[in-house]
Amino acid sequence: MAKKRNKNFWLKIDWLSIILYLTLIILGWINIYAAVYKEEYNVIFDTSQRYGKQMIWILLSFLIIAFILIVDSKVFPMFAYIAYTITFFLLIAVLLFGDASHGAKSWFEIGNYKIQPAEFAKFTTALALSSFMSKHNFDLTKTNNIFLIIAILISPALLIMLQPDTGSAIIYVAFVIVLYREGLNGSVLLLLMLVITLFILALKINLSYLFIGLIVLAFITYYFIRRNPKELFIALGILIGVFALLYVANLFVLNIKLPIIIGIALFISLCFFFYYAYKKRLFNILIIALILISSIFYIFSVDYIYNSILQTHHKTRIDVFLGIQDDPHGIGYNVNQSKIAIGSGRLYGKGFLNGTQTKYNFVPEQDTDFIFCTVGEEWGFVGTTSILVIFLILLLRVIYVSERQRSRFSRIYGYTVASILFFHFAVNVGMVLGLMPVIGIPLPFFSYGGSSLWSFTILLFILIKLDTNREEVI
Amino acid sequence: MAQDVNSNRQFIIGGFFVLVTIIYVIRLFALQITETKYQISAENNARRHVTEYPARGLIFDRNGELLVYNQAQYDLMIVPKQTKEFDTLELCEILGTNIETLKNNINKARKYSLYKPSIVFKQISALRYAELQEKLYKFQGFFIQTHSTRIYKQDIASHFLGYVGEVNRKKLDEDAYYKAGDYVGISGIEKAYEKILRGKKGLSIFLVDVHNRVKGSYKEGKYDTSEVVGSDIYTTIDVELQKYGEKLMQNKRGSIVAIEPATGEVLALISSPYYAPNLLTGNKRSQNYLALASSEDKPLFNRALMAFYPPGSTLKPIQALIGMQEGVITSESVFPCNGGFSIGTHVVGCHHVGNIGLIHSIAGSCNSYYCGVFTKILHNDIYPTSEDAYQNWRSYLHSFGLGVKLKSDLGHELSGILYPSNYFNKYYGRGRWGPFTIISLSIGQGELGFTPIQIANMVSVIANRGYYIIPHSVRRIGGQAEINEKFKEKHYVNIEQKYFEPVITGMQTVLEFGTAGGLALPNITICGKTGTAQNPHGTDHSIFVAFAPKNEPKIAISVYVENGGYGSTWAAPIATLMIEKYLSDSISKPWLEQKMIQGNLMNN
Repeated sequence: MAKKRNKNFWLKIDWLSIILYLTLIILGWINIYAAVYKEEYNVIFDTSQRYGKQMIWILLSFLIIAFILIVDSKVFPMFAYIAYTITFFLLIAVLLFGDASHGAKSWFEIGNYKIQPAEFAKFTTALALSSFMSKHNFDLTKTNNIFLIIAILISPALLIMLQPDTGSAIIYVAFVIVLYREGLNGSVLLLLMLVITLFILALKINLSYLFIGLIVLAFITYYFIRRNPKELFIALGILIGVFALLYVANLFVLNIKLPIIIGIALFISLCFFFYYAYKKRLFNILIIALILISSIFYIFSVDYIYNSILQTHHKTRIDVFLGIQDDPHGIGYNVNQSKIAIGSGRLYGKGFLNGTQTKYNFVPEQDTDFIFCTVGEEWGFVGTTSILVIFLILLLRVIYVSERQRSRFSRIYGYTVASILFFHFAVNVGMVLGLMPVIGIPLPFFSYGGSSLWSFTILLFILIKLDTNREEVI
Repeated sequence: MAQDVNSNRQFIIGGFFVLVTIIYVIRLFALQITETKYQISAENNARRHVTEYPARGLIFDRNGELLVYNQAQYDLMIVPKQTKEFDTLELCEILGTNIETLKNNINKARKYSLYKPSIVFKQISALRYAELQEKLYKFQGFFIQTHSTRIYKQDIASHFLGYVGEVNRKKLDEDAYYKAGDYVGISGIEKAYEKILRGKKGLSIFLVDVHNRVKGSYKEGKYDTSEVVGSDIYTTIDVELQKYGEKLMQNKRGSIVAIEPATGEVLALISSPYYAPNLLTGNKRSQNYLALASSEDKPLFNRALMAFYPPGSTLKPIQALIGMQEGVITSESVFPCNGGFSIGTHVVGCHHVGNIGLIHSIAGSCNSYYCGVFTKILHNDIYPTSEDAYQNWRSYLHSFGLGVKLKSDLGHELSGILYPSNYFNKYYGRGRWGPFTIISLSIGQGELGFTPIQIANMVSVIANRGYYIIPHSVRRIGGQAEINEKFKEKHYVNIEQKYFEPVITGMQTVLEFGTAGGLALPNITICGKTGTAQNPHGTDHSIFVAFAPKNEPKIAISVYVENGGYGSTWAAPIATLMIEKYLSDSISKPWLEQKMIQGNLMNN
């Protein structure tokens, strides 16, 4: 019996995931070696060098894997809250006793080594969320539950924010993907995207155009819901009429800016529409009008905060990211140099250890957050695309594995793994390619750093362990 | 799994993952395949910016004799970010230094900037330079910067010429033109005419390969700028006169300032003790500077511009001029002198007998006469109070350039001591002071302090019969026709020309039968005035002011010899020797010259 179970166990392990995992950490190590490499100094196993240290982290993570595969799967849901609580207190402790290197209190220093609790908070939060959402009578539509979920996610995020390490805090947004899979209303996601899109547009586009665009969009939506041209024309007439009145008045008496006139005109005419919609019981229209008016308010406040409250260095950071301002020597330096490194790789790259950008250390943080540009420079388009494809296969495999779980806990946990990995992957690569803001988060399995390597290893291998019991309810 | 109504969302999520990956692949395709500018940028990253230092302008004397020129000098530079492991010992041997110093300098450079070049080792000798040039390929991130060091042809006129030194942190922050290790004029002409002398740095951008070897010029030199050589400066100084003055002043503390009255050009500017300007060039500069700065003799201190002395009796001609202009005396006025001027029990001592007239008062430097004149100036009925009269008197002095900065180009001037009436109001109480309280001012003692250049300028006013031109150091700037307009403007004093003649006659008699009697020259009519500045710390300072010739004066001079006693003892002979040297180029009294040169007053 025991022998049979044993045999089953090895068969049930998802070897594809493990192969992908091993491929990534080995490629990662090779690129760290290249990023740190010095011609005069090339002893491979030297623990004073970062590639030497990373080798130790990799070997130690094999021990962690062995331990995870040995323990009983039931341990994970059982100890989910305990692990969550421990990391919660660790996050508080690091604020009190942590080592403030690089301007953030993120590290515990033990001898020569540093441990970053925020990395471990990722999988403990994942466990706690899975445990909570797989409760017997869990219902995502209950306000109670939603608040508790928000509490579970926001507590570690806030503590990390206090370090301050915005990059590690922002990844908790990734859990939205899990919630979506578990039945969160799609419109919540749409709303979230609307908020982000409007934020960017408010800073990038002339407010008048943005308002007109939004109004046109609202009217089109309105038309498709009601299909009543007469109503549409009346509504348009009211809006344009009010606007024209205000505009003429402005010429003579008032002296306010065009976007504000549009805003006021819209507000006044919306009062008519509200009254009309309310009388005719047209709640869809009410919602459209509400979204429109709150969008306008939101845009105004973004504009105000940006222009009157934010300090210059925050502004430049946002400006550079949004491409409003080009600054290749200041804040944009990293991104610009990283684009140069990747771009100069061409199709096949310059070859292992031949990257000039890498050699001359033009790109800061090249072995950690900007490791992907080493791939780009030395292995070219072929290399970068291969890495992206390996990541994509792993992500899709994690979804596939999650979906085949009988136990809700395992499935939800599987999605947290997919979400966290995806978020890191998308933000890190996007940042290196200049498509995302410069948020300092590591590329999973690739970037130098023991804490993040272990954290991602634990995250993934708990799922692989749970997967060996996929037919059971745990 | 009935509860799983959202199962199809796995495809939306998976699809989203695929979509993001596709976007990234497209972006990578754009960056790596279609766009070529990044490849070029990567090559350009391996650029080296080399500054081309222009030769600093030369400095000549008023007759075109070369005073200052340049010599090539090599500095080893470092860009810390580009360095790789290298043989420290070998580099030390080439440079002839020890590891400690080298490491120290490299660390300093790292601290300043990892990307910007800074100096590791200064002023490498030509021999070592040749060896270093040969082996430089072994030291990545190092390169040699050539620029020039100042050489002073004759070791004279240190305070006038000033010196050049490495730019300090403050200047670096203020002026973006300068980079760490650049040289900048720190005092004298080198500072005042820095922008003209320095020219404009050029910049060449070279492409270097992985081994730091130059591969050629970047974009065919499109962004290179060529250096502009600094302009030469023809100064107002007369090198022979300056040298002679320094010789006369050796082993004495004091100052000589000689000005051409009609133009305001400074012919000689001596502050003694002085130093050899070549001490402050080359690689021993900072060492020598420390020694000079800490020397008890204060050779760096420019007495000509910064030391205050009471003018003493040299102020008397001015008092007479003010008295006449104010109408309180005429050239015919007499004052009784019976061995002094008594105020109650206090007596300002003097040594004449009977009634003294204007010319005799100057010739014999009669204290009683000027106590009387000053009393009349302050007790003038035109002014409601003595305080108003004092303020008026003070503004006369200001118009002579006394107690104000002259705004010359010679360096850091001080304005001197000439208090406003408030000072005495505070000290004695308003309305409770008058000429008798401050009687010592009448003979140039007490609460007065003027610099040698101010007094020389004051003599210029007398020589010009009523105006001065701001003393300045430059006659002509190479390639430039005109000097600053402000050095051509005549600053008139509010005294009619006719009042000058009796005063000048008086000054002529000073050397004929007055306080400096016997010092008159056979062919040159010198007008002068002796003075003695009371010195509470020791022997009084000897002062003499003069101009010559009497008509169309060519030179106005002030001589200060600290602890020299009476004006006639040291200052007057030195002044006449200077004038004779300048105007006739031969010395009629060699014994006097020898006595002056050999005199040592350093221990008085």
